[in-house]
Amino acid sequence: MAVSTKSFVDEICSIPGGENIRLCIQCGTCTASCPNADRMEYTPSEIIAMARAGMRQEVLKSNAMWYCLSCYLCTARCPRGIKLTDVMHALEGMAVREKLSHRRTLTPTMYGCFSDFVYSLGTLPEFGFMSWYYMLTNPLRAYRMLPVALDLLRHGRLAIKARKLSPEATTQLRAILTKAQSLGGEA
Amino acid sequence: MKQYTYFPGCSCSEGGAKFYNLSAQAVARAFDAELALLEGWNCCGSTPYGSVDEMTSFCLTARNLALAEAKGRDLVTPCSSCYVMLNRTNTYLKQYPKLKAKVGEALAAGNLEYHGTIRVRHLLDVLANDIGYEAVRAKTKRYLEGLKVAPYYGCMVVRPQPSFDHPESPQTLDKLIASMGGEPVPFPLKSRCCGGSLIIPEEDLALELVRKLLDCAVSNGAQCMVAVCPLCQMNLDAYQSQVNKKYKTNYKLPILFITQLMGFALGLGEADMGFNANIVSASGVLAKYR
Repeated sequence: MAVSTKSFVDEICSIPGGENIRLCIQCGTCTASCPNADRMEYTPSEIIAMARAGMRQEVLKSNAMWYCLSCYLCTARCPRGIKLTDVMHALEGMAVREKLSHRRTLTPTMYGCFSDFVYSLGTLPEFGFMSWYYMLTNPLRAYRMLPVALDLLRHGRLAIKARKLSPEATTQLRAILTKAQSLGGEA
Repeated sequence: MKQYTYFPGCSCSEGGAKFYNLSAQAVARAFDAELALLEGWNCCGSTPYGSVDEMTSFCLTARNLALAEAKGRDLVTPCSSCYVMLNRTNTYLKQYPKLKAKVGEALAAGNLEYHGTIRVRHLLDVLANDIGYEAVRAKTKRYLEGLKVAPYYGCMVVRPQPSFDHPESPQTLDKLIASMGGEPVPFPLKSRCCGGSLIIPEEDLALELVRKLLDCAVSNGAQCMVAVCPLCQMNLDAYQSQVNKKYKTNYKLPILFITQLMGFALGLGEADMGFNANIVSASGVLAKYR
């Protein structure tokens, strides 16, 4: 996919939720609110500063946005109205499209695996998704999760059979999503 | 009779939180409210889809909104993640004309259109504000006197958009518990994150967040916790044994869906409450109210 010729900060401004990025006063409320800021190579407020300095590659290659839990505390608290959770999600999308996703976290694989199931079926079969995810990453990790899986099974919560959409609904959804994809990943 | 269009979401329909769905339906019936299933609904895409391909993610939710608009009623979901995704698309389509044009084009490929006329609501909002605390109090048959309950909201039912409750210090769940005679314990972490779906790829960090929540609830005297989101309930209930293993703790805190506790207090049929699905059993703490 062609890399945009817009400046990085303009790219972020065009994301729904990112339009106020230039108003950031670096107060650090987002960083102080983030449950995972200490695990990120760059804190949320640093990500904004770097984005405004045009450090596109450094931002997209970092692990920061992959640690976003989508808890929306930063968004709820930002005094400048920056919807940083949306920006983090959009940065993840850019990193995926440009194949820059950080390699030392499994989150991009998990998100991709989840989305592939939803794209093909229109619904998420939890068991199939988890099994496929562990196949793609490391089946040995599934072994560690076995006690949890057995508990779920014992309590009737591990549905092997997934819900199916009707053929008409599937055709309609497919037409919409195919069109959506042709419009590009950016919103 | 109050009527709603109902969007259960994947976890509540066929996944690990089916008993949330069943108990929600039973509680709604008890208050003469109808949750009419949205036929042909598809997955909301949740956080993962929105983080891989934003445009497709908006269109996934927009299809559901368009289907629901034809019914003309509020769209209600018991899942906090579905709520955020559907609500976000509903709001952003009004705020961002460019996005609206693109989404409209995609919907047209499926012969659908969306005009933005419906509201998206969380089940908790309906329970607290439409059914109301007084009606809950009036219908309560088993008064839960002395039962100390940690009200856990999680993130997405109160954030990011200002809606029916405070984004950081919400009260609706506290008041519902109190109207059944229960005692909501002070729970400072009531709207903090459970780790969400990162429990899959980043188990250690999520277990730490789960541990903090359990610790906060138990140290404030809670005998059980109520949740309003399938993923929160899953993380706190199914992974509690992993927390105990990792941190050498001994938590045995039952994590109930609010609709289970309501169904119990109302004296509804227990088959619909699905208490067997709770991994940490609640039968001990509920026994004295039977």
